[in-house]
Amino acid sequence: MTQLTSDGGFPLLSVLIFSPLVAALVAALLPGEKAVRWWTLVSTLLIGVASLGLLSGFDAGKAGFQWAERSAWIPSLKVEYALGIDGMSLLLILLTTLVTPLCVMASWCYIGKRVREFMVCLLAMETAMIGVFSALDFVLFFMFWEAMLIPMSLMIGVWGGPRKVYAALKFFIYTMAGSVLLLVAIVALRLKVGSFSIPEMMGKTYPESFQCWVFAAFLLSFAIKVPMFPFHTWLPAAHVEAPTAGSVILASVLLKMGAYGFIRFSLPIVPYAAKLFAPWLMALSVVAILYGGFAALAQTDLKKLVAYSSVGHMGFATLGIFSLTREGLEGATLVMINHGVTTGALFISVGILYERLHTRDLDAAAGVGKVMPVFAAFLGVFCLSSLAFPGTNSFIGEFLVLAGGFRVSKILMICAVPGIVAAAAYNLRMLQRVAYGGTSNPKHEGVADLGWREILALAPLLVLVLWMGLQPKPFVDLIHTGITQVVAQVANAAATVPGP
Amino acid sequence: MFPIAAFLPESVLLIGALVLFVITLGPSDARKSGRAALAIAVVTVVAALAGLGQHAVLFDGAYRVDALSQFLKLIFAIGFVLVVLLSGGLNDIRQDIRSEYHLFLLLSLLGFNLLVSSIELVTLIVSLELSSFPLFLAVAMRRERDGQRKQLESAIKYIMFGVAANGIMFFGLSYLFGLTGTTSLPLMAEKLKPVISTPLAVAGLLMALAGIWYKLAVFPFHFWTPDVYQGASNETAGLVASLPKLGAVLVCYRFMAFCAPDSRVVPMVLAILAGASMLYGNLIAMAQDDFKRLLGFSGIAHAGYALLGFVALDAAGYGAAFYYMTGYLLMVLACFTVISRVSKDGENIAIQDLAGLHRRSPLLAATLLVGVFGLAGIPPLAGFMGKLALFTAALKQGHLALVIFAVLNAAVAVYYYLSVVREAIFKDPGDKGVITLDPATRILCVVLIVAVVTLGVVPGPVFNTIGAALVGPVGR
Repeated sequence: MTQLTSDGGFPLLSVLIFSPLVAALVAALLPGEKAVRWWTLVSTLLIGVASLGLLSGFDAGKAGFQWAERSAWIPSLKVEYALGIDGMSLLLILLTTLVTPLCVMASWCYIGKRVREFMVCLLAMETAMIGVFSALDFVLFFMFWEAMLIPMSLMIGVWGGPRKVYAALKFFIYTMAGSVLLLVAIVALRLKVGSFSIPEMMGKTYPESFQCWVFAAFLLSFAIKVPMFPFHTWLPAAHVEAPTAGSVILASVLLKMGAYGFIRFSLPIVPYAAKLFAPWLMALSVVAILYGGFAALAQTDLKKLVAYSSVGHMGFATLGIFSLTREGLEGATLVMINHGVTTGALFISVGILYERLHTRDLDAAAGVGKVMPVFAAFLGVFCLSSLAFPGTNSFIGEFLVLAGGFRVSKILMICAVPGIVAAAAYNLRMLQRVAYGGTSNPKHEGVADLGWREILALAPLLVLVLWMGLQPKPFVDLIHTGITQVVAQVANAAATVPGP
Repeated sequence: MFPIAAFLPESVLLIGALVLFVITLGPSDARKSGRAALAIAVVTVVAALAGLGQHAVLFDGAYRVDALSQFLKLIFAIGFVLVVLLSGGLNDIRQDIRSEYHLFLLLSLLGFNLLVSSIELVTLIVSLELSSFPLFLAVAMRRERDGQRKQLESAIKYIMFGVAANGIMFFGLSYLFGLTGTTSLPLMAEKLKPVISTPLAVAGLLMALAGIWYKLAVFPFHFWTPDVYQGASNETAGLVASLPKLGAVLVCYRFMAFCAPDSRVVPMVLAILAGASMLYGNLIAMAQDDFKRLLGFSGIAHAGYALLGFVALDAAGYGAAFYYMTGYLLMVLACFTVISRVSKDGENIAIQDLAGLHRRSPLLAATLLVGVFGLAGIPPLAGFMGKLALFTAALKQGHLALVIFAVLNAAVAVYYYLSVVREAIFKDPGDKGVITLDPATRILCVVLIVAVVTLGVVPGPVFNTIGAALVGPVGR
């Protein structure tokens, strides 16, 4: 890969990364909770609008990283401040800046105590999330990657449900334990390459055993973050206990980081090992699809249901990635974005129900659609999207993943089919129960339908569900060049098999 | 003509010590002596800033003022200001000797200042003792109360271990002296070069280092650490936990310069001790209820991390160790600030006493978060950058197994650091009251938070300064 140089243009990425931090500082000093809420909403909205600026200078047909910034940071450690994005990271950044203001809206009434601290955590998260997707220096990446643990675990541990402390600590320790070996791998790569620059690490031929160890370290870290089966056990705990905004951020953005790591680091940097491990990881992904599907089918807690469905959906993402085909990888990227949109929307919906009924029990929510018709309509679309109904966003992603997967192993794909059926079953069961189920429940009397704030929180996601479902081409075009390059890098690795 | 500019921080401290001595002659007045100590500390910072960039060799080659020594003097001076602020009104020191306590603090700091410039064995040892003995006394100066005579036990332990360790160190140094016939460190390094691989020289060097490992609390020379932390007053423990460690790293660096770059024995011993320290410190820390004991055991683990830099046997490694200890000093002071302010009457703090700290005092809770997450090595705090530098240096010299062992230990350590966070942030305060902070403490907290974050995000200047200072065998 070519040397990364700074574009010398407007440092929009830096602005996007650090403006939430500035906003957090202001929020920490503002008087009054109401002011803090409004300030956070306005600032995150402005950041969202500003992030659209990334599209303007972005040339989807150009290979390599764009909006690049590069300057010295810690010369003695050969650490640089390097940023840049390709189509995939662009989409993920846009997803982040879209989801954050929606989280503010979803937390408007849900977070009743310590509002200021919550909003500061949320803004700090946004900084770290944008940073992860745009860092092109491994130390910079790792700093954002790890720094995220603090605000996220605080969000779960302070504002979460009854078992919040357990969930927060499990999340923290699991993720931290996964990433310590990532640090060793990063340092080992740095000593081979001579700098921490990610583009410079790509396209080198490392010895076989070195590749395998580095890949294993990457795998442990990213697989926990995705999470892949059997590293998923932190996820239901964290999702269920987290406040709505926490769940949405976890589902929409944090889970993407693992898959992003695979595409950005594992495949281009150690392609030979990726090829070696790929069949096993595809098999694990299919297990995750089946496991997530059937586990979700057994849940009566709405949040747990959505949490387990995440395991299944992310199984599709990793399945596509390790098919190592262009269709599979493009599909996986779309699945990541789609899952961010759809599952984020589902978590907001569950949060809306919880605010009204103070329970997430599926039976208690049965029939609430009768008094909340607008909500039922929203939920209906999101459920259909979650089961990958044609015409919604998830369909195109999962279809591409399966198409890529079929080229590698027909048997594996056939094994995954029950998982897809289960996804249809649990989504329709939830929709049927909530929208039409049960006799009229006296507790539902007086339950209000969606307010304007809630409609505003869900509407953008609804638009995206339909837009990406009916017209996916602009999105595919954005990621096409980058993915083609990754596939080529993996294919080249086969031709130049390094020695042991 | 004596170059007074090069001797400025020491001169300020000497005059300050005289001033404080005069104050101690009158009736003990903690406020007066505290203000005087703070004023002297601030002046010392200014003097140390002015002394940056000075170069001189004084006292017939026994004392060298160079980039490294001046930089460390600045760090010590800043650390001293923080320690004086942390000590506050000295509520837990016996009423009638509070002024003397301040005097001893100052003398100890003077010892550290002399230590970093000493390049001759006798001077080095005198400075080392000057820095240690006031601390031995400070531990014993904790107020007595019913059923509370731990401070004497702790002080005796501290002294006995200290003297024994010094004995071993002197014995080792006597070998080195016997081999070379000089007490000047640069000359010694020169003359040791041909014979450093002989068993006698290696044994001498390792015994000399053992005395320093005691200061650094490296396993198996750590036994005093948790007991002294527990027995000393909270403020004294904060001092014992911070400044001496940096001094120990400096002396360790001076002695490591004797070691041949291709030596195998010394790095192996260091690697084993580093690994053992991390494992032992982290495992035992998990079982602690007393926050100070927890920090004591975690300190043993951190000494193990710092040794990683010495295992590398190169300037990058030494620089990383210095940076790491500088960061550690700030982070551990942050933790001790919280301890001494949460403690109502100077009593020791169990982790459960921190419950609901975010309600009782948000600023203290933030300080604690920064300190604890910094110690745990979470970016963007100083602890992470230090670990990154240490791991890079050690891995560069091929110590892969040790580095993997270290990161796994770092992951283990997160557990007990989180148990502190769990109490302070995730628990409700119950009936524990609000903590009000005086302005000095507020400033201290903000300074510590900013310093730990800044050192973590912009470590370049510190790395550059140390890197430039660590040229040549004994630093030039």
